[in-house]
Amino acid sequence: MSGFSRRQFLTTGVAIAAGGSGLALATGLAHRYGLIPPDSGGLYGPGETMTYAAQRLLTQHSMAREFTHSQISKAPFANAVDSLGEGFARFQEGGFTGWRLDVDGMVARPASFSVAELKSMPVRSQITHLACEEGWSYIAEWIGVPLAHVLDLVEPLPHARYVIYRSIQPDWWESIDVAEALHPQTLIAYGMNGGELPVAFGGPLRLRVPRQLGYKSVKYITRITVTDNPNLGTPCPEDWHGCANYGYAWYAGI
Amino acid sequence: MTVPASTVTSRHSLLVRATHWITALCFLALLVSGVEVLISHPRFYWGETGNALTAPLFTLPIPSSRSSVPTGYGYVLPDQNGWSRYLHFQSAWLAVLTGLIYLACGWLNGHFRRNLLPGRADLSWRSLSMVIANHVNLRFASDADAWSYNVLQRLTYLVVIFVLFPLVIWTGLAMSPAIASAFPSAVTIWGGQQSARTIHFFVSVMLVVFLVVHIAMVALAGFRSRMGAMITGRPAKNMEPT
Repeated sequence: MSGFSRRQFLTTGVAIAAGGSGLALATGLAHRYGLIPPDSGGLYGPGETMTYAAQRLLTQHSMAREFTHSQISKAPFANAVDSLGEGFARFQEGGFTGWRLDVDGMVARPASFSVAELKSMPVRSQITHLACEEGWSYIAEWIGVPLAHVLDLVEPLPHARYVIYRSIQPDWWESIDVAEALHPQTLIAYGMNGGELPVAFGGPLRLRVPRQLGYKSVKYITRITVTDNPNLGTPCPEDWHGCANYGYAWYAGI
Repeated sequence: MTVPASTVTSRHSLLVRATHWITALCFLALLVSGVEVLISHPRFYWGETGNALTAPLFTLPIPSSRSSVPTGYGYVLPDQNGWSRYLHFQSAWLAVLTGLIYLACGWLNGHFRRNLLPGRADLSWRSLSMVIANHVNLRFASDADAWSYNVLQRLTYLVVIFVLFPLVIWTGLAMSPAIASAFPSAVTIWGGQQSARTIHFFVSVMLVVFLVVHIAMVALAGFRSRMGAMITGRPAKNMEPT
């Protein structure tokens, strides 16, 4: 071995320069086309960014699989929820007539809707798979109004990037990007398997995001906020690993 | 035995050594994080769906990190799925990218043809039974073995590289709701997402069995020389080709 030859030196230099500018170009394009997830920093940022970017490109126009009535699970599993509290019990006694869904943030016309008002909007019903990150799943029919329709009514501002949705449960919230929010299968669900949406499954209102895992389908939603802030606007309690999702990846397409 | 001049200085090429250790590291991370995610629901199903209210195909007799799973144990393990899932997918990306580089280079430089594809003569029943008999009697570590793979090694590595790894990646992706939306047939071909999860588990078990046997064989054949060959490229001094 007599060390690097001049040719090897030049080739290596060109390769490093090409690799570096390729990476810079890829990063620039990724930012421009919204391929960087909010949790792109930290130890697991590179893997998370690749997952989000790859799936965003592959699933841009994809539709969650829809099933037949005969495939609906006989035994759907309603995951445990923390105590819903007295406030919820009062809404429940009133048949949820007093329940409101506020839509605010970066929108031209903030609004608030009752469950009845949401039910009077265009209905979409779909039989989809709900898979929990733990590994279990079930198939059910979900009935609701597409989130895209409600967002149309409030007119999001052009630079809106994310939609945050909050449960009536304290500190329970999730967020999705605008592409997922405007996807035709992303529903504000109020019905399940031909009837009302049972409380155990998120009634009166649950955001159903069928192309992502169950933890993105938050139960008992009361408020939807449109934002452009990648930190997603809520302070992080100290015992959470990440800001967005209680230590779970923000993007849950896998 | 004669060894081509180009391979005399190095038992394993730099490409093979680098990709081997990156893959080994990724596999360890995938295994730890995979087990961690698995204990949140140690039940397996067949078809599209399955949950704590439906009959499982089988249940692993281990405790769970979720109280909603009936395990028979009186306690619940802590939930570590957040970082486990992050680590699982990051390691998977690194393993897949490493694997692609390995495949492309191995194809171009003749590594598969030269080092992994068994010779026609080696596949005869006579030759195979002799190698198997040697293994059963723990008779190996000849000098020739130190410089070339025997037919059982070749077949095993081919199965791991071209069957088990692709299968475990595919069934892993088939569990993703987003991938299922883009490529539904990648899921339905297995009979559903729960079937894919079950196959993912079994292929992982096969990879762990491979790892255990692989390490045992390295130990039996001469740990120092084989490890030396995979780290520096040179087996120990007494294994020089003659």
